[in-house]
Amino acid sequence: MNKVRWTFWVPLALFGAFIVLVGVQLFRPANDEVASAMIGKPLPEFDLRPASSTRPGLDTADLSDGTPKLLNIFASWCVPCAAEAPQLAELERAGANIVGVAVRDRPEDVAAFLSRYGNPYSRIGADDVSEVQLGIGSSGVPETFVVDGNGVITYQHIGDIRPEAVPLLLEKLREAGQ
Amino acid sequence: MIAEFGLAALWLAAALALLQLVAGVAVLKQGETASPAISALVRPSAAIQGVLAAVAFLALLVVFHQTDLSVKLVAENSHSDKPWIFKIAGAWGNHEGSMLLWVTIMSLAGALIALLERRLPEPTMIATLSAQAFTGLGFYAFLLFSSNPFERLAPPAPQGMGLNPLLQDIGLAFHPPTLYFGYVGLSIAFSFAVGALITRQVTPDFARAMRPWVLGAWIFLTLGITAGSYWAYYELGWGGWWFWDPVENASLMPWLAATALLHSASVLAARDALRAWTIMLGVVAFSMSMIGTFLVRSGILTSVHAFAVDPERGSFILALLAINIGGALTLFALRASTVAEGERFSVTSREGALVVNNVALSAILGIVLLGTLYPLLTEAFGVRVSVGPPYFNPVSAIFFLPMLLVLAVGPLLRWRQDSLGRVQKQVVLIAVVILAALAGVAFSTSIGILPLLGIALSLGIAVASFMPLIGRSILRVPLATWGMVVAHFGVAVALFGAACDSAFTQERLLAAQVGETTQLGPWTVTLEGVDPVAGPNWTAIEGRLSARYGDGRPTEITPQSRNFWTPPQETNEAALLTRWNGQLYAVIGEEGEDDRWQLRLWWKPFVTLIWYGGALISLGGLLALIGRVANDLRRRSVQRRGATRRGEQPS
Amino acid sequence: MNVPLKPKHQRLILVLIALAALIGAGLLAAWALRSQASYFFVPSEMAARPPEPGQAVRLGGMVQIGSVKTDADGVTVRFVVGDGEARIPVRYAGILPDLFVEGSGVVAEGRLGADGTFVADNLLAKHDENYVPRELEHMTEAQMRAAVEETTQ
Repeated sequence: MNKVRWTFWVPLALFGAFIVLVGVQLFRPANDEVASAMIGKPLPEFDLRPASSTRPGLDTADLSDGTPKLLNIFASWCVPCAAEAPQLAELERAGANIVGVAVRDRPEDVAAFLSRYGNPYSRIGADDVSEVQLGIGSSGVPETFVVDGNGVITYQHIGDIRPEAVPLLLEKLREAGQ
Repeated sequence: MIAEFGLAALWLAAALALLQLVAGVAVLKQGETASPAISALVRPSAAIQGVLAAVAFLALLVVFHQTDLSVKLVAENSHSDKPWIFKIAGAWGNHEGSMLLWVTIMSLAGALIALLERRLPEPTMIATLSAQAFTGLGFYAFLLFSSNPFERLAPPAPQGMGLNPLLQDIGLAFHPPTLYFGYVGLSIAFSFAVGALITRQVTPDFARAMRPWVLGAWIFLTLGITAGSYWAYYELGWGGWWFWDPVENASLMPWLAATALLHSASVLAARDALRAWTIMLGVVAFSMSMIGTFLVRSGILTSVHAFAVDPERGSFILALLAINIGGALTLFALRASTVAEGERFSVTSREGALVVNNVALSAILGIVLLGTLYPLLTEAFGVRVSVGPPYFNPVSAIFFLPMLLVLAVGPLLRWRQDSLGRVQKQVVLIAVVILAALAGVAFSTSIGILPLLGIALSLGIAVASFMPLIGRSILRVPLATWGMVVAHFGVAVALFGAACDSAFTQERLLAAQVGETTQLGPWTVTLEGVDPVAGPNWTAIEGRLSARYGDGRPTEITPQSRNFWTPPQETNEAALLTRWNGQLYAVIGEEGEDDRWQLRLWWKPFVTLIWYGGALISLGGLLALIGRVANDLRRRSVQRRGATRRGEQPS
Repeated sequence: MNVPLKPKHQRLILVLIALAALIGAGLLAAWALRSQASYFFVPSEMAARPPEPGQAVRLGGMVQIGSVKTDADGVTVRFVVGDGEARIPVRYAGILPDLFVEGSGVVAEGRLGADGTFVADNLLAKHDENYVPRELEHMTEAQMRAAVEETTQ
């Protein structure tokens, strides 16, 4: 019987190994957000049609007119984008020039979104196939990029803008202007 | 208001689970001296807990039906324009809702055993219900602290984000709950196993009490896997029916364990053998349910079906897993050697055959588990791999095919001891069928070795599955035996379908102009036109194909390539044309140059038998379940009558 | 039924069969996993140490702009996948995933042909806004992170 007894511990040992393995894997990729490799590089060439009737569309030249800007990737179907609307409004009040890229969206949905949550954007381009979004190294919505006056990306904020992130973004915007 | 009501019901249910656990543990600690007042608390708390959890789930259904957009979960997963059935289904088509469904089913099942099960000694029942409450508490904590489905959203959203279009499908709306019934049924088996271990009452009665729950869980798992496979087949548009995707494996592994448990429990019930092994399988089966849920929910494995990645939730489930399963396995290691050895039997006996079945199923389970976890293992060393059919198919077949041979012969053997000589005639007949089929198919076609073996074995099993009926009066055969016959025949049917699909499928990929005709096996298919069409939340291009089988009349089929909004997604809607002997499967792709449209056509002989076989297997399970439960009820009423008679005699 | 049982003996046989089968399953699985698992390559890795021709592997990278060509049959597509360091030509016959566009990421399942062309059986290019496959995390060009396996919810 003694010989058999240790075999009863084998399942527990195997299970322990499993727990260790997945535990390690679970905590290792602690951050799924990936920083864009485009930081410090100029924007790719693009020319987007207007996403709503109230604002002009967006092309690369608009982003290299000498003024640093915030480039906000959003979509009307994305709940965190609605959550960051007050912070974008605050940034606009603080003097930031914000341009938007609406990802895979319909004009009427964008219009409804803007009328409900406010429109802090000076220009909004419609990115129907995620071309710009992918091109500037954004993997999700919302994301916000700081672009200097020469069209070079200097900073990337992943996820919705929480109130505590507003001063940081303003600071990065100021740095980009220097 | 309704959301708060539901949340309150959930908290109350959790509190009752705690009471159930504390009272149960107190009774077990005190043993004989336990106060009857405390032990009288256990069953009612389980029952009321079940009702409260059901109320909470009902509240969630109501807020989803009303599309109450002030509830975060509704805003994220529903849309006021959706048909009501998908609004309801949206309640469990997401992480929080599905966990609430899980908890609800689990506490309802707990309530049922608390109210109905009287066969086992009371201490064992109390230990079982305590184990159930312990597992339940973990899930309540998970829901309340990390996945509250009733969380409010301020301000309310103007419109919901919609339900994922891939999930807007009636089959898929009811697919997860079906699997959950299975997973949770196994949690009852787990509780029974832990209860029996704690009180050292591993008896045939324990197996009989556990068996209906295992059977029920197994029926739902079989149905869920069958439906899921059909969904993947027509929705993904890849023409395959099983991809060895981690999510599919997550549902297959509990099924393999449950199938083994089902068979070992019947040995324990009938012959009082395989005691420790049955307990072990009871623990393993539920472990597989939880591991599957963990792998799917934590996003630790990437998959076609992957749910949102959330490491916090993943670690919560992992902690639950470690506590529950780790605890049960420790208990097993400590107690299993004190569970007395069961009755003995010879190798050539019904038990012997069932042991082979159990070993083979466990081996396949291990193979699938290793294959599913291997990418995780290599990633720990910085190597990225994926494991697919080239691994799973041949390696599992090495154990699956011999198991099928035993499946053909095992049911013919007697319990305890038998010899192959006694069933010589039947064995020879089965062997002749298999060898004749092997030779016939091998000479007439040139197909792979696995499909060839599959076809031959399926014919052999189809014949063998009815042999247990020979020499018996058909009307006197117990329902449970019919269940076995039907289920085993279902295995043959599904295997035949799968083997034919992999052996004889013909595929044609072409770029066709409107009016162009192509041949595919016995089919003549013409592209009649391509039109834009629109649905409630999608637009699509739809190909009109006319398909003619041999010289028959043409039938129109319309594959679509759909574009959804909110959230944006694109899907291929395959068009299927079903005949008794197979299916024509058509997918339309993009418009290429010079007005040509990409078409992909498959002719899949007998492919539908895969799912009919799955349905037959479930039907067999259902027959067995009805037979077993009816037997139990009959026995109980006989005992009661006997008891009343004895009670009357003295007077 | 009167044949004397040798219970200990019979039991031992069963236990040995079971143990042998389970250990065999483990060894078999370990061996098969080493040889059958399909490894993930980026183009520079594939160029530096190519896999055995015929071995099932996956190739992930960015579809080079201007490289997508359709053959005369209308269904065979040829394109080049690159990662900024190396470029691998790919051939695929089938219906292209909806989000397969030049300049975006792709994961191709298939094998490397003897002529150095990667023959894909399947392309995964679905893009989900909130999801990045872990395989693409460390690639050299940012755009590649967008190549995403299809997900639901």
